[in-house]
Order: sequence, then structure tokens, then C-alpha cells
Amino acid sequence: MQKSLKKYFWLFLLPTIIAFIIAFLVPFVMGVGLSFTEFTTVTDARFVGLSNYMRVFANSDFLNAFWFTAKFTIVSVLSVNLLAFILALLLTRGLRGTNFFRTAFFMPNLIGGIVLGYIWQLIINGILASQGVDLTYHAQYGFWGLVVLMNWQMIGYMMIIYVAGLQNIPHELHEVAAIDGANGWQTLKSITLPLVMPSITICTFLTLSNSFKMFDQNYALTAGAPGKQTQMLALDIYQTFYGSIGQEGVGQAKAVLFFILVALIALLQMRLTRRREAEI
Amino acid sequence: MKRILLCIMVLVLLLPLAGCAQSDEKTLYFLNFKPESAEAYNEIAKKYKEETGVTLRVVTAASGTYEQTLKSEISKSDAPVLFQINGVVGYAAWKNYCKDLSKTTLYQHITDRSLAISSGDGVYGLPAVVEGYGIIYNKEITDRYFALSGRATAFSGMEDINSFEKLSALVEDMTARKEELGIRGVFAATSLKSGEDWRYQTHLANVPVYYELQEKKLDISRDDLSGISFTKQAAFKNLFDLYINNSTTDPKLLGSKQVADSMAEFALGQCAMVQNGNWAWSQINGVSGNVVKAENIKFLPLYTGIEGEEKQGLCIGTENYFAINSQASAEKQKMAEDFLSWLYTSETGKNFVTNKLHFIAPYDTFEEKEAPSDPLGREVYEWMNREDVETVPWIFSIFPSQNFKNDFGAALLQYAQGTKSWNDVVTLFATRWKEEIT
Repeated sequence: MQKSLKKYFWLFLLPTIIAFIIAFLVPFVMGVGLSFTEFTTVTDARFVGLSNYMRVFANSDFLNAFWFTAKFTIVSVLSVNLLAFILALLLTRGLRGTNFFRTAFFMPNLIGGIVLGYIWQLIINGILASQGVDLTYHAQYGFWGLVVLMNWQMIGYMMIIYVAGLQNIPHELHEVAAIDGANGWQTLKSITLPLVMPSITICTFLTLSNSFKMFDQNYALTAGAPGKQTQMLALDIYQTFYGSIGQEGVGQAKAVLFFILVALIALLQMRLTRRREAEI
Repeated sequence: MKRILLCIMVLVLLLPLAGCAQSDEKTLYFLNFKPESAEAYNEIAKKYKEETGVTLRVVTAASGTYEQTLKSEISKSDAPVLFQINGVVGYAAWKNYCKDLSKTTLYQHITDRSLAISSGDGVYGLPAVVEGYGIIYNKEITDRYFALSGRATAFSGMEDINSFEKLSALVEDMTARKEELGIRGVFAATSLKSGEDWRYQTHLANVPVYYELQEKKLDISRDDLSGISFTKQAAFKNLFDLYINNSTTDPKLLGSKQVADSMAEFALGQCAMVQNGNWAWSQINGVSGNVVKAENIKFLPLYTGIEGEEKQGLCIGTENYFAINSQASAEKQKMAEDFLSWLYTSETGKNFVTNKLHFIAPYDTFEEKEAPSDPLGREVYEWMNREDVETVPWIFSIFPSQNFKNDFGAALLQYAQGTKSWNDVVTLFATRWKEEIT
């Protein structure tokens, strides 16, 4: 049996490998290739060298979208993780109804981004109506609307990861700390935080990459209004690709730049938080 | 054991391939552009199969996603044979796929050859329909106004309104007396939510851009159009300002209004006028609690203060052209041609066009009694055949791209909200036009 497994391992891997090639590798390589061409359909492309990459910066849309996305990411990574961690701390203290609250907080994550976007649009417009304006009036409204939406959607998910991390800390450590006379803050700083560092790595990675890649929430909540001031990178790429004639290649070039950016930032973040993980 | 395993693995691998079975030879693939016509086309397909034995496979792209869908479908091996383009720009994008239709039966029947998309000696798109738009008004409410005593205008009826100056005098006085008239505003909400702003960034803009083309003597099928700079912006601003300042809705709240909101306000009698086209009849009629009577629903041209506009008619045209995929096999192309001539020349086909698709068909095989029966369609038909007015053709298909239109629409919203000056809107129109035109 061992021998035949060795002999046929490729056969068992084949379906997965083929799926991986079809669904990821081929589109990725084609996508990078297409960013150097002018095309309407993917089978009918003409090589144009780097001109698509030059046209990315022909107007400031891409850069504006980048800065907006960056600001949004910083704010939402901090707020999502902070709130999720606090909730996780509260919900690991054996309070009554813990399970109910965990489920309730997790629920928003199960709703799709487009639906959430429209629901929050109604809510925020309803609130702003008292001022006689709506969400499209000022970019600040859209920005904070997106932050609130992101928090509402992601906190529950991150909280579950933190809860798992917190429950993994051996109870004895807290007891020892208490006997040594450490107060709550000291325990949190010197015992809890270092030991949940792996969870923090995962959670920051997830929130960072999700915020950076956010599309449907942005599309449904503001669609860039006012003007293009709340347009994030993914939406900008989509609009370039589908909204303009003969700019598919430019959209593709933006997508390649976007990939490089997200990969770089995520790698950097992983390295930074990994370094602080403690072993028991 | 091994052999069975191997067999299973091979089967698993082959499974997805089974889904890609080739379609048979008697199938015609049509990619439809109008979601509202999807059901009618399905009925047509059923009837066509009965009469000719050819299966018409109708695939409809979701609203606003036609270009994406076409892009991915046409590169497949089983590509659409019959598809639709939206005009000159659509033709420019798809010219490698558009067959010359000048030899087809249907082209011989077209009432006005300028309605088709031609380039050089070839004809590459045949109109499926003509449609018209303008200001739709509820005669019941305007009559109520004309019956008021002590009004500031001297008009005796809507026939007197034939210029922007008169229209604005009428509208402003109606606004001043909206309580007496029992309306919340003269115009329905100017829907400027993104994706819902096409009535302004495309349809209204058609009028000033058309006059700019005339003034510069540009021919849309031939000349370089990159020099369009919105010189008639004042005309656009005239009517747009009239809309937003005499509306049911505060201009600051227009960013969340949709077309459906406006049509509902009109249908419920909360306003007297709304800019839209003959396709809106089903929408007005479908609102529950609709109080507008079919005989009271009329059209007024888009008067913007252009010189000589007393003779201006409705904006009539289409952005719905049939094109045949030149890269499909010869038999398939023939099947598509046959289908088109069946649809527009046979009795059964014509019946579907008039009564199911509700199209005003620009072909001489249709007689007057086959004109549409809905009130707005009738109005368009009448305006189109009036001798004393000149129709404004739909030239908005030359607008460079969807992004251009979206950006212009977003700027209009900011102008309405008071966060952008009109000059900035005009500048944005000109710069974005230049950037996006190919």
C-alpha cells in the first residue's frame, strides 16, 4: 500500500493541482501578461509594453484611491482589533449569556457586503436626514460610514479568534501572577498580551488585507460619492476596467500594482507581529 | 482495487468536461441587452421554435452589465451570434465582431437609413426600436393650474409652452402655488444617486451636446469628436436648475434618490412633471395607488433656452442596435439574419414587437395601426410624425465612456448640493471628455 501510494501520489494530488492551476495560476499569469497589452477580450490582445503602467498615473484617481484606502485601513485595523479584543476579554470571564453574546456579535459576519452596504446606507441616510443632507454630501460621512460598517462586520469574527487565543492561556499563569501581587493591567500587559500574540498576528493580517481589498461594501455604501472621493483601490480598478473604453489594460496594470502592494504590506505586517510572539 | 480507484479518479477529472458539451447546430445564441424585454424574448423564442424549428437561446445580461457579459461571452467557443451594441461608441469597441448588414432584408425595410449605424459603405448595427424622451407632465395638474384665478402667467394651456422662457415662467408660478395645486413640487426628485443619474448625465446632456455638434458642424460617424467642450453648458444649467429648484426634494438630499422614487412621486400625483422616456409608462402604471390617468399623460420637449427651440421636438432615437457576430460560422450568421427578418416582417413577429416588446419599430413593414398602444408610446409616435417640429436625435452614444458619464453625474450631484461650482462642473465635463475619448 505504501509503495503504491508513493507511486500514485501525483494522481491523488492531480484534481487539486488542476483546480489550483485553472482557478489561480493560469488567471494570475494571464493577468500579469495582459497588463502589458491592449485588449477587449482576453483572447485578442496586442502587446503595448509599459504604456498601461504609465497611463495608470495619467490622472490622480489611482493615487487618491490609494491614500483613501490607506487611511481607511489604518483606522479600521486599529478599531476592529481593539474592540474585538475588548469584547473577547469580556466574553471570557464566564458572564451569564456569554454564548448568546458570542453568537450575536458573530452574526453580522454572515451577511454579504452588498446587503450590509445598502442597510447601512439607509441607516446613515436616515440619521443625516435630520441635518438636511445625505451620505453623498461630504467625503467624511462616507469615510466614517465605511469604518462603522467594517467594524460592525469584522469585530465578531476577530472576537472569536481572540476568544480562542485567550482560552488557550493556562489558568495557572493568571494564578501565579495574582499570587505575586500583579494588578489587572500588569497581568494583561505581561501575561495575556504576549500569549495571544499569535491571534493578534492572524487578526491584524485578516483585517489589514480585508480592509485593503474591500470592494462590495464600498460599492454599495458610497460608490465613490461625492465625486470619487470615497473610491477605494478595488473599486477604482473595477471602474477603470469596465467603465472606460479601451482601458482594460490600464485596469489590469492597476490590478497588478494592487497585488504587489497588498503582498508587500501583508508580508511586512506578518514579520513585525511574528517577532513579538511568545512561546510558553 | 487499484483499477477501480483509477477509474474513479479519471471520472472525477472528466466530470467538469461534461458540462462543456457543444450546443447543437439548430441553436441561435442571442445576448440580450434589455432586462425588461427578457420575458418577451423567451416567449418569442418559444414561438420561433414552433414555426421554424430553430432554438433561439436568449441570455440576458443583468442591468448595467452588458459590456462585461459580452466581453466574456464572445471569447468563448460558443459565442453569441446575435448581440446588441449601443451606438457609435459600441460599434467602435466591437467593430472586429460586427458583420456588414447592408445586404440584409431588414435593412431594406428601414424607414430612415440614418437610424442605422454605418461606417464607410457598411452597415453594422440595425435599430431594434426607437424611443423618445422629454418632460412627462400630468395634464390634470397643469389644467388645475390654468383654472386658477390670479396666476402670474397668461398661458391658456400647455400648447402655449414652446420655449424654456415660457416653461420656466410656468414652473416658477406653479411652485409658488403648489399648496393650491395640491402638489409637493412641480418636478419629481432629480435622482442623482450614482447609477440612477442617467436621466441627466446622459439624456439631458444629449440636448446641449447635439446643438454643439450642429454649431461645430461635426458628423458623429466620421469626425474627430475630442474637441467637444460643453459650449452649450448654459442651456444645460437652465433646465437643470429649474429641475432642482422647483422639485419635491431638497437639492441636498438628491444623492439618495432613485429613478423609481421620482416615478412613484409622479404616479402618486405629488408632482406635475418628470423627465423620462416612453419606457416609463409601465413603471408609472405599476405604482400601487397610481392616480395619473392614461389620457392625461403627455410629453413636452426638453426646452433649454437654445435659439429656435420653438421648433424642437422630443429626443427620439435608440441605443439598442442589433449586430451579428462576424466571427461566427456562416450558417449561424444566416440564422441570425433570418431571425431578424422574421421578427420585423412576419405577422407573428410584428405582433410580438408591438404587443410584447412594446417597441416603436422603425421599419416600413409596420403600419400605423401597429403603433404602440400605451399613452407615452403614442405620444412619441405622434411627436415623431409631426411636420412642424424637428426631432432631436439621440447622439449620447458618442459620450466617451460610462466612467465619463458617472463622473459628470457625480459632479452634478455636488453642484446640486452646493459643494461644487458650476464652472468646475463644466471644466470636469471637458477634461474628462478628452481623457476618456478613444
